[in-house]
Amino acid sequence: MPDVKARDGKQSWFYSDEVKDHFFHPRNFMEDEASYGDACLGMVGSPACGDVMKIWIKVDPASERITDLKWQTFGCASAIASTSMMSVIVLENGGMTLEEARRIKPQDIMERLGGLPMRKVHCSVLGDKALRAAINDYYRKAGRNDLIEVEQGRIIDRDLKVTDHDIEEAVLDGARTIEEVQEKTKVGTGDPSCIPEVEQLIRFYREKHFGKDE
Amino acid sequence: MKRIYLDHAATTPVDPSVLRAMKPFFSDRFANPSSFHSAGLDAKRAVTESRKRIADVLHAHEDEIIFCSGGTESDNLAIQGVVRAKRQTPNAKCHLITSAIEHPAVLEPLKRLAKNREIDLTILPVDAYGLVSAKDVVKAIKETTVLVSIMYANNEIGTIQPIQEIGREILAWRKKRDTKYPLFHTDACQAAGVLDLDVEKLHADLLTFNGSKLYGPKGIGVLFVKRTVKLEPVMYGGGQERGLRSGTENVPGIVGLAQALEVAEEKKEKEYTRLLKLRDHLTIGLLKIPKSRLNGHPCKRLPNNVNISFMDMEGEAAVLYLDAKGIQVSTGSACASAKLDASHVIRAIGMSYEAAHGSIRFSLGRSTTMADIDHVIRVVPGVVKKLRHMSPVKVEMKYFKEEDEIKKNGRLKK
Repeated sequence: MPDVKARDGKQSWFYSDEVKDHFFHPRNFMEDEASYGDACLGMVGSPACGDVMKIWIKVDPASERITDLKWQTFGCASAIASTSMMSVIVLENGGMTLEEARRIKPQDIMERLGGLPMRKVHCSVLGDKALRAAINDYYRKAGRNDLIEVEQGRIIDRDLKVTDHDIEEAVLDGARTIEEVQEKTKVGTGDPSCIPEVEQLIRFYREKHFGKDE
Repeated sequence: MKRIYLDHAATTPVDPSVLRAMKPFFSDRFANPSSFHSAGLDAKRAVTESRKRIADVLHAHEDEIIFCSGGTESDNLAIQGVVRAKRQTPNAKCHLITSAIEHPAVLEPLKRLAKNREIDLTILPVDAYGLVSAKDVVKAIKETTVLVSIMYANNEIGTIQPIQEIGREILAWRKKRDTKYPLFHTDACQAAGVLDLDVEKLHADLLTFNGSKLYGPKGIGVLFVKRTVKLEPVMYGGGQERGLRSGTENVPGIVGLAQALEVAEEKKEKEYTRLLKLRDHLTIGLLKIPKSRLNGHPCKRLPNNVNISFMDMEGEAAVLYLDAKGIQVSTGSACASAKLDASHVIRAIGMSYEAAHGSIRFSLGRSTTMADIDHVIRVVPGVVKKLRHMSPVKVEMKYFKEEDEIKKNGRLKK
C-alpha cells in the first residue's frame, strides 16, 4: 500500500498506521446480511451527523460469549477504523462475555488504534453504543428483560443516544463550549433541537465541577 | 504509481514561466521598492509594470490594483474596509448583503461583524443549482446597505453567478437614488483566468483574486478598488499600496501574479474548450454510478469543476481510498474540515445531509488529460462500491432524480 510520507521521513498523515490498516483492510464487516437474520442487532447515529453504525452479534447462550460480530459503518476513516478495531477486541481470545463487552469504552478502542486526531475522537464514541444496543437486543430476544441496561443517565439526543452523563464526562474532560462538547460527543449534530438543553447542561456541569468563576 | 491531481480548485502548480519571472527577485533584484537608490527603483519598476499588466486585463487604472497576501486578505480588506470607512461617520448604520454559498473568507468576517453588532447582515439563499438571483439582491437593498458581496464562481460546486446582471442592477439602484452606496464586491478567485475579469463590464467596485488558483504563487492576491470607493485600511504601517495595505511589497509574488494572469489570459479560450470536453466526459462517466447526483448548475458552471454526491457513503473515506490509488480530490463534507457540519454549500442548494456527506469535488487543470479522466472513471466505481458495501445507510432512489439529459451529455444544452 503506497503511503504519503513527508520529506523528513515523518508521517504526514493524520492517522496512525493502525488506523490506516483497519481503514483500508476492515475486519469483520457485514457482507452477507441474509444469513444474519437471527443475529442480535444494535444501531446508533444518523446520516445527518455523518456517522451511522450497525452491529450484529451472535452469542453462545451457554457461555454468554460473543462468538461472532459483524458491522456496517457510514462515516469517515476513523469511524470505519474504530468499528473494525472494536470488532477485533470483542472477538479475540474466544470472544468477550456480554458483561465484558458492555464495559468497552471509546478510550479502549482509541488506545488500540494508537490514538486518533483530536477532532476525530467523536467518531469512536458510537461503536461501543451500538454494541451495547446489540447486547440489549440479545437479552430482549432471550426474554431476560431484567438484564437490559439502559444507557447510563438520561438520553438528551435521541438520534445519537447521548446522555447527560456523556456531557458531564465531556465537561470533566476539558470541554467548555457547545462546540467542544460536540467534538467529543457529536451531541446535537444530527438533531439540533437538543442543543439548548445541552448548553444548559454544560453550564450546570461547569459550575458543579469548576465553580462559578471559571 | 501515476498520480492524478484533480484538486486545482484548492490550488494549482506554479507555471514554469511564472517561476522563471519570479526567480531574479529573490536574491538578485531583491531591494525594497520604497528604497530611494537604483536597486530600490528597479524593484519599484517591476512592481509598477506588474500592476499595469494586471490593470490592463481588468480594464482598470493602475492605482486601482492593491496587492495583498491572498484571497482571504483581499476579501477582508474589501468588507472591513468599506464598513470601517462608513462607520467613521457618527451613528452610521451599515447593512451588508451576501449569499449563503460564499467562501469562508467572505462569510466569516461578515458573521463576526454581525455578531459584534457592527453591521446588519442579509444572507441571500440560492436556488437548487446554487444560483443567486439578481432580483433577490435588489429586493434586499435598503437605504443603509453599504456593500453587496457575491462570489463570481463557487469553489465547491462551480456555479457561475450572474455577476454582470447583479452589478448592473446595483448600479441602476444607485443612479436612481443618486447615491454612492451600495458598493459591489465579487470574489473572483475561482473565476480568474477562466472568465471575463473586465470590471467595467461586471460593474464591480471591488474584486478579489489571487495567485494560487491561477498557476501563480501562493501568498499574493489582488483587491481591485475602484477610484471612487472609500476604503479604510485594516492594517496600518508604512502606507504602501495607497495606504490601503501597508507592508513591504511581495515583489516576487507580484511579478509572478502578473505573469500568471497574462499566461492564463493567453490560454483562456483554448483551455476553456479543452476542459469543457474533459469535464463533461467525467460527469457522464461518473453519473453512470448508481445513486449519484451532480451538484451545481448543469450548464452555468466552471469548465473544470465536477461535484458529485454519491449516496450511502462518506466523502472523506472516499478521498483517502482514492488517494491510495493515486487520485487526489477533495470533499466539502464534515470530516474534511475541522467542523462537524456538512458542507454549507451543498446544504444551501437544498440537498440532504446524506448527499452533503457524500459529495466529492473533482477539479481539473492544465495537466489533466483524457487518459487521466478515463482512469478516474475506471477507479471511482470500485471505491464507491466498497464504501457502500460497508455502509448501513441505504437512501431510497426516489430522493435524487436526475435529469436524463445530464446523464447523457454531462450538462444541459441551455
